[in-house]
Amino acid sequence: MPEKTMRDAINEALHQAMAEDDSVFVIGEDVAGCNGSPSGKVGEVGGVFGVTSGLYKAFGPDRCIDTPISESAIVGAAAGAALVGMRPVAEIMFADFIGVCMDQIVNQMGKFRYMFGGKSRCPAVIRFASGGGFSAAGQHSQSMYQVMTSFPGLKVVIPSNAYDAKGLLLQAIRDDDPVLFFEPKALYQEACEVPDEMYTLPFGEAAFVREGDDVTVVAFGQMVNRAAAAIDALEADGISCDLIDPRTSSPLDEDAILESVEATGRLVVVDESPPRCGLTADIAALAADRAFHALKAPVKQVSAPHSPTPFSPELEAAYIPDVEKIKTTIKEVLA
Amino acid sequence: MNLSRDQLLRAYRQMKTIREFEERAHAEIMNGQIAGFTHLYTGQEANAVGVCEHLDHQDTIISTHRGHGHCIAKGADVIGMMKELWGSAEGLCKGKGGSMHVADIEKGILGANGIVAGGPPISVGSALAAKIRKNGRVAVSFSGDGSVNQGTCFEAMNLAVVLKVPAVFVIENNYYSEHTNISYAVGCDDLKARTEGFGFPVFVADGADFFSVYDAAGKAIEHARSGNGPAGVFAETGRFHGHFVGDPQYYRADGELDDLRENSCCLKNFRARVDGGGVVSAEELDAIDAEVMALIDEAVSAARAAARPTAEQVTEDVYIQYGSA
Ligand SMILES: Cc1ncc(C[n+]2csc(CCOP(=O)(O)OP(=O)(O)O)c2C)c(N)n1
Ligand SMILES: [Mg+2]
Repeated sequence: MPEKTMRDAINEALHQAMAEDDSVFVIGEDVAGCNGSPSGKVGEVGGVFGVTSGLYKAFGPDRCIDTPISESAIVGAAAGAALVGMRPVAEIMFADFIGVCMDQIVNQMGKFRYMFGGKSRCPAVIRFASGGGFSAAGQHSQSMYQVMTSFPGLKVVIPSNAYDAKGLLLQAIRDDDPVLFFEPKALYQEACEVPDEMYTLPFGEAAFVREGDDVTVVAFGQMVNRAAAAIDALEADGISCDLIDPRTSSPLDEDAILESVEATGRLVVVDESPPRCGLTADIAALAADRAFHALKAPVKQVSAPHSPTPFSPELEAAYIPDVEKIKTTIKEVLA
Repeated sequence: MNLSRDQLLRAYRQMKTIREFEERAHAEIMNGQIAGFTHLYTGQEANAVGVCEHLDHQDTIISTHRGHGHCIAKGADVIGMMKELWGSAEGLCKGKGGSMHVADIEKGILGANGIVAGGPPISVGSALAAKIRKNGRVAVSFSGDGSVNQGTCFEAMNLAVVLKVPAVFVIENNYYSEHTNISYAVGCDDLKARTEGFGFPVFVADGADFFSVYDAAGKAIEHARSGNGPAGVFAETGRFHGHFVGDPQYYRADGELDDLRENSCCLKNFRARVDGGGVVSAEELDAIDAEVMALIDEAVSAARAAARPTAEQVTEDVYIQYGSA
């Protein structure tokens, strides 16, 4: 099977979804690029991360749509088009920019169906590049998915590898509910085997990245690889862990997590977001609430601290959980 | 226009300092010395300086992602800024913010800003405070041709008119927002007229010419300072680098960059304008060039040697005080 980067896997999914279904279109800032420019090279950019590359050339200006810098209008336009039967895939460059378009996501798109008594559908997908690792500081490094998970009505997807990204995005596009799709930008260049053909992965079904007996480790997005590296390193000490990647935080595969905790009796939850009201706290609470009887040690959370993301490379390295921190924490729950 | 000898020398020095700061930052980024996303202001220096030469440290500015020039023009410490780009604990923002968040509140620099059009509403707040306190200060926000399409910018402009506050909106049209041309992203044919539609006067400037910007900004700032409500400056300009360092710039026409550097250089234009006028000599400007180069060298050496931040500092400065004292 061919290896593809996460960037290419997502790009392939977009090409295939647009070829398959005329109602799918892409909208966002510079998703084509060079519109109005003297070079005439419209479509040459394909998004600042290159994820929408080639879509303009393949599908033209009606289906690969550049916008002014207007995030509220981009999300609103996607939501409105979806409400009348299209399947838009909007790009909001950096997840941090949710700050600008929160109302359209949370109060509009995410609540239509409920407020309208189940009489509407809003099959829009909003894609974001999320997370740290680039010294991009406080306004270009946040995950944001942990915040968005708290809003009923929105589905939240966080792929951790290229294979999952393709299958989850195709599911997101076919899904009839609004989906927020967070692409950890540190993983765009990471490659793995990805089939050429279309396939979908169901929402609410976790992946078991490692299987073991001693500790259950749950990790999201960028942290999945780091947790796997920590677990692999601990094998030498005779420690084995389940590593669960929920892949979607809403819906959340609670059963997978609870079954694993029942078996291991120990839980470490890893995410790169700050800890308060985040995914690590959410899953720790799930275990305390529903698997307390099985726990042999306190549940531990590995997260960023309660602070914005710092610019300086050293500070950012200290901010985002690393393999060492995950290893130490796994050992702690076994002590 | 009546500019004293000192004012002329100072304006030139400011523009040259910005130019060399940016060109050196570019080189150091290419050498892998500076991390993160950096957007260079080279080519647009006359805009920042032409505006800020009318301000003192009591007036405020708020900048954008392309903020180095505005900050230097408003008096930010160049060495502290270079240290900040290096991510040092001695940087102007202790290495917490980097290029996109350079700020110095004491000097009225309310920050560069990573969110496009994050600044204008904040600037209206600074202007509102000036109005309430009747202290004669003005608040300037810088925007690009792309940033003016953001709802926050529209809201800020309208609110400033409604509240009749001394806010000055400076729009630098460098023709591109990232990879998109203004002719696509601004739907109407006349951005100046659109801006005036909010209900304040907008003064037009040639952003490659310090004297033109100084003149237009003078009128706008005078209008706001005298209690007539907001005003705008609309300057046509060009950036000599890509949107960010490493941008392949597919949007440029053939020869566009050469043409900009050749024909839209504010430093060349300044020299041509003062040459032979008998007020400042070419030798004096050459001497300033040498001093600026030395300052930038000093800044880079200082940044290289400056203390690195430590892990404990990650959680400092999140709050002034968190929990009970
Ligand atoms: C809310 C938000 N949307 C998008 C971006 C990404 N972005 C950064 S700069 C920029 C273009 C800004 O163009 P303009 O206002 O013309 O300023 P210039 O870069 O030309 O100085 C964009 C889209 C951002 N930082 N914030
Ligand atoms: Mg611009």
